[in-house]
Amino acid sequence: MKYLDEFRDPDLAEKLLDDIHRLTKGHWAIMEVCGGQTHSIIRNGIDQLIPSNIELIHGPGCPVCVTPLEMIDRALAVAARPNVIFCSFGDMLRVPGSEKDLFRIKSEGGDIRIVYSPLDAIKIARENPDREVVFFGIGFETTAPANAMAVFQAKQQGLTNFSMLVSHVLVPPAISAILESPVNRVQGFLAAGHVCSVMGFWQYGPLVERYHVPIVITGFEPLDVLEGIRMTIKQLEEGRAEVENAYARSVNYEGNTPAQKMLADVFEVTDRSWRGIGEIPGSGWKLSAKYSDFDAELKYAVTDIKTHESPLCRSGEVLQGLIKPNQCEAFGKECTPRKPLGATMVSSEGACAAYFQYGRFAELTQDVIHLEQV
Amino acid sequence: MTEPLNFEGWVCPMPLRDHPNVIMGHGGGGKLSAELVEHLFLPAFKNETLAHLGDSAVLPVAGGRLAFSTDSYVVRPLFFPGGNIGDLAVNGTVNDIAMSGGQPLYLSTGFIIEEGMPLDQLGVIVDTMGAAARAAGVSLVTGDTKVVDKGHGDGVYINTSGFGLIPDGVDIHPANARPGDVVIISGEIGTHGIAIMSVREGLEFETVIETDSAPLNGLVSEMLNVSPHIHVLRDPTRGGVASSLNEIAKASKVGIVLQERQLPVAQAVHSACELLGMDPIYVANEGKLIAIVPPDIAEAVLACMQQHPLGRRAVIIGQVTGQHPGIVVSKTGIGGTRVVDMQIGEQLPRIC
Repeated sequence: MKYLDEFRDPDLAEKLLDDIHRLTKGHWAIMEVCGGQTHSIIRNGIDQLIPSNIELIHGPGCPVCVTPLEMIDRALAVAARPNVIFCSFGDMLRVPGSEKDLFRIKSEGGDIRIVYSPLDAIKIARENPDREVVFFGIGFETTAPANAMAVFQAKQQGLTNFSMLVSHVLVPPAISAILESPVNRVQGFLAAGHVCSVMGFWQYGPLVERYHVPIVITGFEPLDVLEGIRMTIKQLEEGRAEVENAYARSVNYEGNTPAQKMLADVFEVTDRSWRGIGEIPGSGWKLSAKYSDFDAELKYAVTDIKTHESPLCRSGEVLQGLIKPNQCEAFGKECTPRKPLGATMVSSEGACAAYFQYGRFAELTQDVIHLEQV
Repeated sequence: MTEPLNFEGWVCPMPLRDHPNVIMGHGGGGKLSAELVEHLFLPAFKNETLAHLGDSAVLPVAGGRLAFSTDSYVVRPLFFPGGNIGDLAVNGTVNDIAMSGGQPLYLSTGFIIEEGMPLDQLGVIVDTMGAAARAAGVSLVTGDTKVVDKGHGDGVYINTSGFGLIPDGVDIHPANARPGDVVIISGEIGTHGIAIMSVREGLEFETVIETDSAPLNGLVSEMLNVSPHIHVLRDPTRGGVASSLNEIAKASKVGIVLQERQLPVAQAVHSACELLGMDPIYVANEGKLIAIVPPDIAEAVLACMQQHPLGRRAVIIGQVTGQHPGIVVSKTGIGGTRVVDMQIGEQLPRIC
């Protein structure tokens, strides 16, 4: 497939890996910001192929997962209303709220529809004038232009039965917050290529100057990710801290200026709480006053939301390497792959699941998750 | 802020698993489906034949063995590129029987029809079923119809059941994979699932992707002529190749290692999957089979498959190992390794 296969070429990957191995002298901690990059790293096994002294710290760039619990609970409450058609991106349906997820609401009779674009929700609103259509507008700067366009069109068309529950998050304030944190270990960033294709990379210059960290705009195919890692390591080894673009086929400095203009019209910056992390000032977008008629948060004033997360799971500590999976009190007891308490037990790549599944012969091999031996 | 923000401990919140109601994921062919079978149906129906969990039950009868299977079809839309619910219903059960090495003979069918279903459409579906049965060499010998109130069905739901005879000397079974065995796929994967998605609301691709729905009994018959010692056959429908291989790995207590670069995926399906953020290894097929065969007959079986119209693109995609029992891993295109787990429910288009 054009523009894809070229960026999955095994020979070129090997060359890049050789380069990375040759360049890397020190021990470096790099964060890939975007969940799409994490996905690519795991799916292609990149984490096993790079030198062991490069640590990849997975960033909080999974848009469905950082959506605050309170917002999910609000979405569930709105979606359960009898006259509402609730439209969402597919992978949002299994993100848990305090008690339920959208799948559960659907099974209880909620009219929940998976759409591939917010403009599909506009179409549904036009076709169902006697129903209220709500779109769950989440994501980073990447999904924001289409969401903004949907609200813009709804206003233009005078749709009164369409609204959007907006919980957008922004990358640059999150990078600032990471670097401001006293426990931060991140020394360089792979910035999210898709975000930059919309926003350009003019926002990153001040960050690099202020914190002296390399930021490399990186794509999502295996060669893109490897090139991003190579350029970041090169900067770190040479003591440089610059914004570099390893994704020039999609990203330029200014970004998509018409999209940015639309975003500035439809949205305004707000403080946003990130699930599992906490509130980051100025790290979100909400609908601007001009479009408040389309704000589902105002239209459906859902009160009395009491959020709670499962207290047992120590997956955070597992991921930081502070404890081994089997040191968690819940491991193999309350928490098994069938009834997982945390993502590390849910996902096949998760350390807890790997420990659980490989436990049977771990004692024999003394080597729990070295799949390379297969 | 009182506590410092710590991004390193960040993880995706885990999906809910203990649902008090049935959710759509219970029908997705992944872990939720498997749990429904394991914790609800198996204990209630408890018997040795069912416990094998093959695509069809293998029943001893005087003078031989029968393969017996049933399946219900609830596809929406009823008509899609390359077929409709009718041929799907015939081919699906024919294939389930064939996956035990059985030669399918007779099918039954049950219709649940929604009030208001246009008769001309029903006529087309039934005609298609008749043609599919003739093509597969089976007879539809008994049936039933029920009509439900408008709004209580989706046009028409079809059940088919059927049985076939298993030749002597054939022992094909999900628990029969052995270390060293070779894993073969009969052709390009993910076609049916993407064909269905392409005609659902909101998705229009420029290229028409047609279902691969086809009866596999002829192909299986040819393969058994080459050697009756095929260990496992499976048609990777819901949940795709990944789910079938996980089921086999678990049943046989073996590991499976895939070579990702060998997996055949049609260009259009590949593109559609990229666009939707889906992995073809989890997408449904309706006319493909996975064969797990001892290494000494692998080449001969493969060559025979490639001679058959439904096996032209057959290729070896992996191997069975004694290591990591119950787990399927894949060697990635650039030389890494990943675990290919079962999906929990349905595969969902990703936002990122």
